[in-house]
Amino acid sequence: MLDVEDLQEAVIDDRERGLFRVKRTTMTSNEVWRLERRRIFDRCWLYIGHDSEVAEPGDFVRRKVGGRPLILVRGRDGVVRAFFNSCTHRGARVCRQDQGNAKAFQCFYHAWTFNTEGKLVGIPDKEGYAEGFDPEELALRAVPRLECYRDFWFINYNRDAESLADYLAGAKEYIDLIADQSPTGMAVLEGSHRYACNANWKLMVENSVDGYHGAPLHQTYFAFVAKHGAVDAGRLKSPDARGYSLGNGHAVVDYPSPFPRATAMWHPIFGDEAKDDIEQIKNEIYERVGPERGYRMTETSRNLFIYPNLLLLDVSGLTIRKIDPVRPDYMELTAWALIPKGETGPRLERRLDNFNLFLGPGGLATPDDIEALEACQEGFDGTAEDYSDISRGMHRDALTVDELQMRSFWREWHANVLGQEHATHDEGRREAPVEVAS
Amino acid sequence: MSAGTAEATDRLLRRLAVEDFLYHEAALLDAWRLDDWLALFTEDCRYAVPATDALESDPSQALGLIDDDKDRLTGRVDRLKSAKAYREFPWSRTTRLITNVRVADAPDGSGDLDVVSNFSAHRYRKGDEQELVGVLKHRLTEVDGELRIREKRIEITNETLRPHGTVSIIL
Repeated sequence: MLDVEDLQEAVIDDRERGLFRVKRTTMTSNEVWRLERRRIFDRCWLYIGHDSEVAEPGDFVRRKVGGRPLILVRGRDGVVRAFFNSCTHRGARVCRQDQGNAKAFQCFYHAWTFNTEGKLVGIPDKEGYAEGFDPEELALRAVPRLECYRDFWFINYNRDAESLADYLAGAKEYIDLIADQSPTGMAVLEGSHRYACNANWKLMVENSVDGYHGAPLHQTYFAFVAKHGAVDAGRLKSPDARGYSLGNGHAVVDYPSPFPRATAMWHPIFGDEAKDDIEQIKNEIYERVGPERGYRMTETSRNLFIYPNLLLLDVSGLTIRKIDPVRPDYMELTAWALIPKGETGPRLERRLDNFNLFLGPGGLATPDDIEALEACQEGFDGTAEDYSDISRGMHRDALTVDELQMRSFWREWHANVLGQEHATHDEGRREAPVEVAS
Repeated sequence: MSAGTAEATDRLLRRLAVEDFLYHEAALLDAWRLDDWLALFTEDCRYAVPATDALESDPSQALGLIDDDKDRLTGRVDRLKSAKAYREFPWSRTTRLITNVRVADAPDGSGDLDVVSNFSAHRYRKGDEQELVGVLKHRLTEVDGELRIREKRIEITNETLRPHGTVSIIL
């Protein structure tokens, strides 16, 4: 068993020397993994789905969240709810489709039927039960907490958790930058990337906000884009390319975009015919939200990490990436594309081309990220007692190519596994929008 | 020879020619002869892999795994040859099996052929095994007396890309 003393030493945070180290057993140990489930995934707000996925009464999605099978459903009464996907009779999964529109959920085992509000409304041969048997006690079990911020629905298994809005802290302003990108609102597109990586889930958290690896690991992506017109991977290293801690473990890298952006930074790779259209998208945003936020939404990119396992990557595409730890050395990944509601035709095609070029299991970049994380996990064999170094940029205001973002994650992680509600995040903290040179 | 027999013979010969072509394509990929493979495609080609949960969808209008034109396909090949596509360097060992080949005239009257076949692609690397299974949909056209690929669509039967994780080889 892992004792508390081991855990104390799992993270070394030496501000004086500017050193930050993480013990690798945190990414190989079964005990740590079990502790994470209890102290992180059973306590934190976890993303379950986007409002656009349950837009109409009866719409549902089936999702595993924090290791538990759930249903997110908009009831016929219009209210969105999250239930455990298990019949209250003998436990079978009542919902056996990934998504759809339901009038009711009927368990196929004994045909107990629950309406979309979760109520038990049908029991075959009901006279077989005594008078004291009350169907109202046997409604589908609701997840203790369900709250929404800007169409992003989150659940919490801890009834006493703080509100989602408090929990999200400084991440809210960055979610706004994503949610406000279209005058019609944003929606999840049909199709998802359902993939995996044979490595500890925390390595994907690190990788998803790591600007340091972009230029060396993803040379082939930048080389392809550069064939079509100048691309400046160096923008990742510019003084405007920053990293921030957003409180409660959330973090972001926020940088002048080296990627072409469908919203809305034209590049020759989109073709001349797209130039006016992208300019139109840009103008609409500038008019609606003003030049400062307009600049940030169109010409900067951001990798937003929401503790503990959600990424909103507003990069070559806009993707929601959910990380699910399955074992210490194996995680499942699911990613969706978020698009302006109703977008179609050439605009959507352009957006998806740009998305798929970099992102996803068939892209020109993501497979190499997967390879890198698996190489780390392999490297831990035999060096698990050693520490990984995450000190980069501790002596300065963090840049995108620094590692403050990962330190923010690890500080919160460390506090959580030690049983504390939150860490103190006093390095590189950002609460209010900063001035951005335009 | 009756007219019926002649027609059956024509159909058989056509299918044999198409099968030879598909086996040749698979052999080029197994041998990592990627430039030769790329040369099988027309300039206006499309190479697409829809998402595993949206097999019917058009990857230009739904999130897919791959949706390449010739330019992007060339980029994909260049990348795989560069030693900097780290998921495939060193290259994995692969064996592709192609079967259940069905050939029909393209419905647009162009004289192109619509070919549907089943595949399984076995990939081995650093102790991992990956098996991707599915349906290949080729639109073949004749250029200077040779069959060429105008469109190749790969519908993966695996429900997800787990546990392996990526589509790093060309299917």
